[in-house]
Amino acid sequence: MFGTKKRRIAILIMMVFMFGIIAGCGREAPTNQQPAPTAGAINVGLNVELSGGVASYGTNARDGAMLAIEQVNAAGGVLGQQLNPIVRDCKSLPDEAMSVSAALVDENIVAQIGPLTSGNVAGSTPIMMENKIPLIAPAATATNVTVDDKTGATRDYIFRVCFIDPFQGTLMAQFAADNLKVKTAVIYGDTSSDYAKGLADYFKQTFTEKGGKILGTEGFVKDDRDFRATLTKIKGLGPEFIYVPGYYQEVAPLIAQAREQGITVPIGGPDGWDSPDMVTVAKAEALNNTYFTNHYSSQDTDPKVVAFVEAFKTKYNKEPDGFAALGYDSVQIMVQGLNDAQAADPVKLAGALAQIKNFEGITGNMTIDTNHNPVKAGVIIEFKDGKQTMNSRIQP
Amino acid sequence: MQTKKIKWTRILLEAAFLVVLFSLVQYSISTHMLSQYYQINLTSMCINIILAVSLSLINGFTGQLSLGHAGFMAVGAYTAVIMTTKLDYPFLAALVGALFAAGLAGFVIGVPTLRLKGDYLAIATLALGEIIRVVLQNIDYVNGPAGISGIPKLTTWAWLFGGVVLTLLVVVNLVNSSYGRAIISVREDEIAAELMGINTTKYKVLAFVIGAGFAGLAGALYGHYFYIIKPETFNFLKSFDILVMVVLGGLGSTTGAVIAAIFITILTAALQPFPEIRMIIYALILIVVMIYRPQGLMGNKEFSRQTLGRIWGGRQ
Amino acid sequence: MQELIQQLVNGLSLGAIYALIALGYTMVYGIIKLINFAHGDVMMVGAFVGFFSITLLGTNIAVAMLIAMAVCALLGVIIEKVAYRPLRNSTRIASLITAIGVSLLLEYLTIFLLGPNQKIFPDTAFTVKAYDIAGLSILNKDVFVFVSAVGLMLVLQYIIKYTKTGKAMRAVSLDNEAAILMGISVDKTISTTFAIGSALAAAAGVMVGVYYGAINPLMGIIPGLKAFVAAVLGGIGIIPGAMVGGFVIGLLETLVSGYGNSLYRDAVSFGVLILILLVKPTGLFGKDTGEKV
Repeated sequence: MFGTKKRRIAILIMMVFMFGIIAGCGREAPTNQQPAPTAGAINVGLNVELSGGVASYGTNARDGAMLAIEQVNAAGGVLGQQLNPIVRDCKSLPDEAMSVSAALVDENIVAQIGPLTSGNVAGSTPIMMENKIPLIAPAATATNVTVDDKTGATRDYIFRVCFIDPFQGTLMAQFAADNLKVKTAVIYGDTSSDYAKGLADYFKQTFTEKGGKILGTEGFVKDDRDFRATLTKIKGLGPEFIYVPGYYQEVAPLIAQAREQGITVPIGGPDGWDSPDMVTVAKAEALNNTYFTNHYSSQDTDPKVVAFVEAFKTKYNKEPDGFAALGYDSVQIMVQGLNDAQAADPVKLAGALAQIKNFEGITGNMTIDTNHNPVKAGVIIEFKDGKQTMNSRIQP
Repeated sequence: MQTKKIKWTRILLEAAFLVVLFSLVQYSISTHMLSQYYQINLTSMCINIILAVSLSLINGFTGQLSLGHAGFMAVGAYTAVIMTTKLDYPFLAALVGALFAAGLAGFVIGVPTLRLKGDYLAIATLALGEIIRVVLQNIDYVNGPAGISGIPKLTTWAWLFGGVVLTLLVVVNLVNSSYGRAIISVREDEIAAELMGINTTKYKVLAFVIGAGFAGLAGALYGHYFYIIKPETFNFLKSFDILVMVVLGGLGSTTGAVIAAIFITILTAALQPFPEIRMIIYALILIVVMIYRPQGLMGNKEFSRQTLGRIWGGRQ
Repeated sequence: MQELIQQLVNGLSLGAIYALIALGYTMVYGIIKLINFAHGDVMMVGAFVGFFSITLLGTNIAVAMLIAMAVCALLGVIIEKVAYRPLRNSTRIASLITAIGVSLLLEYLTIFLLGPNQKIFPDTAFTVKAYDIAGLSILNKDVFVFVSAVGLMLVLQYIIKYTKTGKAMRAVSLDNEAAILMGISVDKTISTTFAIGSALAAAAGVMVGVYYGAINPLMGIIPGLKAFVAAVLGGIGIIPGAMVGGFVIGLLETLVSGYGNSLYRDAVSFGVLILILLVKPTGLFGKDTGEKV
């Protein structure tokens, strides 16, 4: 065994070492809340899900956002400064999202992009509100993200670039009732996600108002891959339409299995369907007679969109999905806001963001309304032999 | 046998230490010396301590492998949040309500399942924890998968500190009482304990109920700090996180659980700046620590002034 | 009636996949009493190996499955050597924590290397055909999954019942120390068990890829948990129990989704597990050995 002296020295060394680690990890807390030093770069926080249940959403949005930042910097930056992205992982948890936001605040960020899901944005919201720094949510669709549902007041520093649940749910219900002229429907959605739940509620409401009948509500959970049991049951119910609010990871095998089971009725869904993986997994034939509400399509012919898809493919060697496009637009709308405000100041940026009109994003032309939601045209995309084609464009 | 003298000086000393600790942190919070980031991590740390200590009562002292602790946390969080946001009860009542609701859930679950042994109990508790989550996901009153958001921030340092102290007081005193010896005897040898006339079921359920109750308290404190609760937060992976703290600290060591909870919280925060590899490093640390220290950081020993003296003095 | 038979067909192929994963769980448990939480992630690695062997090496599905099984057998042996062997004489809960660590490591290492997005299993590897038999739609991939799962189980039964390795495995599982006295190399036997269990998981992984078309780094978590449930349901450590447990869980999930409320699917299968355990605390096939005093 060690002698007492050696042991003491060892303990002391260990303690010094531990202290060093802890001190090294701890950042200098800003003693006073002064605006960002305008010396070199503008810090932008990316608070996204890189691990945990929805790691793929956060990773794709980060990739889109980083591409936008790279392009902006290559073109000379904003207000003569470069954007400096600070990426942090919120582990798909609201408490971690809060902690990450607070850490980003200490880094003097001008705005935060993310998190992706409404729940994680909610975790981050109090910190951003308290510190008066804008949060731009790429994909948080619940209505109460930007509006406090108790007081009805708009949250001054929370913005988003995606559709809200009522818009898409209503849109698809109208399309089903008016264009497809169906009378009965079954809702088969992702019950583990608030996004799908919100959409299902609004679809049901509008569809029933239009005289349609919901024959049943079924659910799957994230990462399910086997849908045949429920599909067999739905086949027995014999609806004229199936609404599948959810993300492409689950929806693609779901549609493939539905067609394998001989379910031929039209199937509809939200923008969560938007991914090239839909065709590769579900196959072109199965996707015929399916429709989804969207703002953007990776097969869009708009030169802006084509340029984005090309740049994304070159940088990452993969196709962008909806999250990547929304992440990209989140950065671009922030840049627009900074240019409008003519200052790298969070409060001025929030003011500018609230005033944005006709911002030309790749997910559509956006005007931010009083509730901080983007007003942009919705389109119904139809899959025709594996190609996304625009069925109809609906201006809000 | 010696009559046990109450050592007033020691109690006073410990109380004074607590008061100083509390006031120091309170002072640095109110003067903004402690930035928001550190406050949030301090909150996580306190909640993790309550969770780890309460689970260590079940897993460490009673030796019953429970993998459903997050479920009880969910029961407490939802009870408290419903009480404050929908029924307008004061926060204290909500905390007490959470404690009792989770304890009751522990009782209802514990009585039938604690007959099971070892890994069968583990999977049964895991399953029950998941059932709680699925049920919450399907109740519209609590907004299903979206959860309840906009929860007022009522959890302050005072409540957290009180929660931690209360948990430690109850668990430490229970373990050191005659009940505690009965509980530990169940862990050491259930059959022998039974032969000695100990009602093992009673003590197992007792430990389970108390552990569950404090997990509920932790859930209530969590809900009123982090603005939103949703079922997904309380899945079985959360239970694993708590279990990791207990085992890392050492089964059957309260101080070990506390140290491990602090360690894990700091580790999580310290790895934040490395988003790409944080989980890889975390996993490696877990494996390496367990390989080199399988009995956990503290084994089944407690950390006290004597331990400090022993480490410092070499032999004693 | 027809719908019921269709649902049973649905349940059987799902159950076959659960059963294959559950076998690995149960074998490892039977021999070293470890709940190997990393098992579902070994399945994921198997799926990715199969994927790369098809896309990069251009092999067909059978060869891809064999390669995946070989790679994962090796992976299983390495995991056991590095992460579990040093803890063999410690508490079982300590190895449980390393198992959680290994699980996280496999998941996030894969994410780090390949990204979290799903990968599409190339459809050239397996052309799906539907057979219409008496109004039932049966796909050739149903047949593929079911036949190969049952085939692998038969091979496994043969190995355990009639080979020397199998006898050694049973001996170690029954009484570790007595096995040593009989000249059985415990280390070697445990390695073999991990190799076989992991190979079965890899086969299941490739089947998932073929069957559902896409794989991702976190795909092992949920099937791993369900397979664990299946193993316990059948009586953990008992090989026929794991097979039956897998099919029971598969059929149960199918029937709940088909005839009950799909929203409560997972709650019901967990609930049934608890009920069975309450009636028979050691699972369906578990022997109540009584306790040694």
